Amino acid sequence: MEPGDGLHWTVWISAANSWKKRKQIMLLTIDRVQKTYPGGRPVLRDVSLDLDQGQTLALTGESGSGKSTLLNLAAALDSFDGGEITLDGTRLSTLDDAGRARLRRNQVSLVFQQFNLIPSLNVAQNLSFHARLAGVEDTTWNSHLAERLGLSDLLGRFPENLSGGQQQRVAIGRAMAARPNLLLADEPTGNLDETASETVLDLMLSLVADTGAALLLVTHSQKIAGRLDRQVKLSGGRIQ
Amino acid sequence: MTWATVQALLSHWRVHRLQLATLLIGIALATGLWSAVQAINAEARASYARANAQLAVGQFDELRDPSGPIPMSRYVELRRAGWQVAAVLEGPYRVGGRTLRLMGVDMVAYPALPAVTEAEQSAEATEPADMLTAPGRLLASPELQPLLRGQTNLPPVLITSALPPDVILTDIGVAERLLNQPGAISRLVVLPNQPRDRLPLNQIAPELKRISPTTQVDTARLTDSFHLNLSAFGLLSFAVGLFIVNGTVGLAFAQRRGMIRTLRALGVSMRRLVWLILTELTVLALIGGSLGLLLGFFLAGALLPDVAATLRGLYGAPVTGQLTLQPKWVLAGLAMAVFGTLLASGHALWRLSNMPLLEGPGVQAWQSNSRARHITAALGLILVVGGAFAYISVGGLVAGFVLLAGLLTGAALLLPALLATALSALARTAREPVSQWVWSDMRAQLPGLSLALMALLLALAANIGVSTMVSSFRLTFVGWLDQRLTAELYVTARDEDQAREITTWLRPQVDAILPIRNVELFHETGPLFLYGVVDDPVYRQHWPLIASTYSVWDDVMAGNAVLINEQLARRASLWPGDELKLSSKHYLPIAGVYSDYGNPTGQAIVSMAQLDQIAPGAEMRRFGVRMPPEGATAMAQNVREQFALSPRVVVQQAAMKAQSRAIFEKTFVVTSALNVLTLGVAGFAILTSLLTLWTQRLPQIAPVWALGLNRAQLARLELLRSVLLAALTACLALPLGLVLAWVLLAVTNVQAFGWRLPMFLFPWDWLWLFVLTLLAALIAAALPALRMLRLPPADLLRVFANER
Ligand SMILES: Nc1ncnc2c1ncn2[C@@H]1O[C@H](COP(=O)(O)OP(=O)(O)OP(=O)(O)O)[C@@H](O)[C@H]1O
Ligand SMILES: [Mg+2]
Repeated sequence: MEPGDGLHWTVWISAANSWKKRKQIMLLTIDRVQKTYPGGRPVLRDVSLDLDQGQTLALTGESGSGKSTLLNLAAALDSFDGGEITLDGTRLSTLDDAGRARLRRNQVSLVFQQFNLIPSLNVAQNLSFHARLAGVEDTTWNSHLAERLGLSDLLGRFPENLSGGQQQRVAIGRAMAARPNLLLADEPTGNLDETASETVLDLMLSLVADTGAALLLVTHSQKIAGRLDRQVKLSGGRIQ
Repeated sequence: MTWATVQALLSHWRVHRLQLATLLIGIALATGLWSAVQAINAEARASYARANAQLAVGQFDELRDPSGPIPMSRYVELRRAGWQVAAVLEGPYRVGGRTLRLMGVDMVAYPALPAVTEAEQSAEATEPADMLTAPGRLLASPELQPLLRGQTNLPPVLITSALPPDVILTDIGVAERLLNQPGAISRLVVLPNQPRDRLPLNQIAPELKRISPTTQVDTARLTDSFHLNLSAFGLLSFAVGLFIVNGTVGLAFAQRRGMIRTLRALGVSMRRLVWLILTELTVLALIGGSLGLLLGFFLAGALLPDVAATLRGLYGAPVTGQLTLQPKWVLAGLAMAVFGTLLASGHALWRLSNMPLLEGPGVQAWQSNSRARHITAALGLILVVGGAFAYISVGGLVAGFVLLAGLLTGAALLLPALLATALSALARTAREPVSQWVWSDMRAQLPGLSLALMALLLALAANIGVSTMVSSFRLTFVGWLDQRLTAELYVTARDEDQAREITTWLRPQVDAILPIRNVELFHETGPLFLYGVVDDPVYRQHWPLIASTYSVWDDVMAGNAVLINEQLARRASLWPGDELKLSSKHYLPIAGVYSDYGNPTGQAIVSMAQLDQIAPGAEMRRFGVRMPPEGATAMAQNVREQFALSPRVVVQQAAMKAQSRAIFEKTFVVTSALNVLTLGVAGFAILTSLLTLWTQRLPQIAPVWALGLNRAQLARLELLRSVLLAALTACLALPLGLVLAWVLLAVTNVQAFGWRLPMFLFPWDWLWLFVLTLLAALIAAALPALRMLRLPPADLLRVFANER
């Protein structure tokens, strides 16, 4: 495309955007997905779910109902048996291992109940890690994150010397530093006490709102679920 | 992305520095010991090859007379008939107490030798004719310069670097004079470009045998077994080193599982991770390998002089005691380091690459479960049986080594199952909860420790095996020396006239004089030294026969039979009742076989009369003197003064024994050095496994601690565990070591040296080794125990705080 085509370019983009809106193209579409672990009963029988840019969605359900399973599928961590998951136009069933790795690196960020920091890297290194993998490191954004998450004084420490709440804040920082389209969180406050949970949730929601990312959050807590835009319940392998 | 991943992977080593050090040391030890042996072998082989090239040996066909020297007349006839041959006269020549090899060649006809060319072109160049005309010149290596300088009765010496040590090269005319064998020729070298119309050999000289270069007795072949033995030891050390590498890499990977799962969750593909880890391992292998090469070079440098002395003493093989660094050796060492590291890490890497992305963390799952243990044990059993089968069905030196390898690796693989069984048996006897916990905990620790324990088992077995062999050998050898060195004094006269003078003077003063006469013959298995003895009760009573007919001595003394040494018997498979061909005309039945340790060549004994018939004119310069031992020192002194003999030619039995024992001890310096090193490596393996296991210990110990066992108790239990496991392993190592000793004595020794030794048991040595093992285990466990004692309770509490 030539420099003079700039006009065409912007026109094309806005046209695409409006087309996207018209057709209600979602960031994440889960369409009649099925999943059975080898040698077990079906965990997900027929799950359909949409999540739009900037939306926050709480996924609740009894223990063992398949919440983590669904989240892992959306994160392209695992493969499913039927149906389709589409993330930003990419059909996950068509990806090979490398393709899924690329998707995780560039589109999605994850926060787990167990904080999954890299024990041999310090806080600063952990914080910027995902962004560096994706090749989108932004030091100003990193220090802004560290500030917001209250980690500025802990940057040189190693994970084993942090409290649970602090570790989870590092994990959130690592997730947001890469500016993902979609943030997936599996009971991010499950290991934390009430005050720490509050802080972590507040931080996560405000960061998501600021960056315009979508959030899919698995939780047991009705209180937490109530603070998100929408909530759905998983039961008997289906969304209720 | 790659760089960020690399940083994350490498950051593991920054936190686990000890692990990194262990890994590098493991690789370095494995490559170091292996490369040291390779360097020694390569240096020795290079020496043989150099010597052969410098003397043009093994390049041309040769003519020899199996019954002795070739007379000059034959040489003249061959030349007349058109044969292009060069004459060589060689023999042992004693200078200043050292036996050198004097080689006289026909300087005009013999193929150009580098030493001669060098001497002709050197600064102090002599006229080529000087070499030939009296007094001639001697050529020798710089090593011999100090020895030859003081000799007044020798022709001028030219020093050249193009000759092996221990060799004097000269013209055949000079050699005739020095060796006192005028007109004699040891062998004829058949030169290239023979005329077509010359007469066939069997028409001119039917008694001469034409020998192709490959069948000429070759030092490299003779010493092959010795080098194979060394290689086997190098390989054992290499394997023990790899146990350390395997253990450390396995643990490092287990500890990095969480990190690797996170990396994959963050979008690094498995394929990329595997490549990065492979690269990482290769780099580590290269670093460790370089350290190992350094270690190996110094080790080889330290051991080489002893090996060289052994090879010279035992085989007369020319080996310089100096090591040169060869690029090929460096490359081979590094390749071995990389190969070994990847081999030792292959399993861990494979499991890592097949690790499901979603699975709870935990090091436990990493370690082998009971099913894996059963598979390992079955594999071990198969190896043991397979090795035994190979030996029984094929036999020979290589099969012997297959048996050894199968036995050792098989036993190592069986070890965890055996230990687990022993611990279960002990656990059943436990009544109180604490001891029940101790036993079950010990069992739970087995997988993490089993590699180190396997290394210990191998090292201990090798130690028991080799020291049993060496001690058995020593005991046998000393006893044999007592039998074999029958005379109190051994005298070598200048010539036969002097010998006659001395014997006449001595005879009234001593019990008996036993002439020692020998000739060198040629048997199809190599050179054969034929000795003549006079009938003396001392032979009948003391000669160390290992197989004989009923009337052995009567037959031999009557000239109707021959005795041969064990080497010849085994090499040619000749035993009492068989017949030995001594020359084309002389065949004698074998009446007995005697042991002859330390001698590489074949030997046979006949009566003195028989010797005169077979090889008339064998010179008579040496004899033994039988007399009361108390008077030997004084008598030796008297003989020296009376006939102006140097101390070196009148030797007392005691001095001879000491000399033989010194050669013997040197033979095993290398093996025992490697032995000690291997044991050290195994001790180190235990220490490192205990230290690396430490990180996994906390979650297991914390609950017990919380339930009321204090840290001092836990520290004591830590010590107990290590010592007990080492003790159990040592008990299993004993039978393995004894089997190893048997294989060494009855299989490899027979093949390598040509003699079989009886096996003796040395329980005190075992006890000492046992104590040493316990001590090593105690020291290895001391550091973890100390850590336990000093462990801040906060660390233990953290186990409960988060379950990572
Ligand atoms: N790797 C696996 N192999 C076999 N079955 C599995 C596996 N992971 C989960 N399951 C089963 O799938 C079902 C759903 O598990 P999942 O972890 O998704 O539940 P969950 O809703 O996240 O529960 P919780 O609230 O306790 O975290 C459970 O019955 C579980 O036992
Ligand atoms: Mg879950």
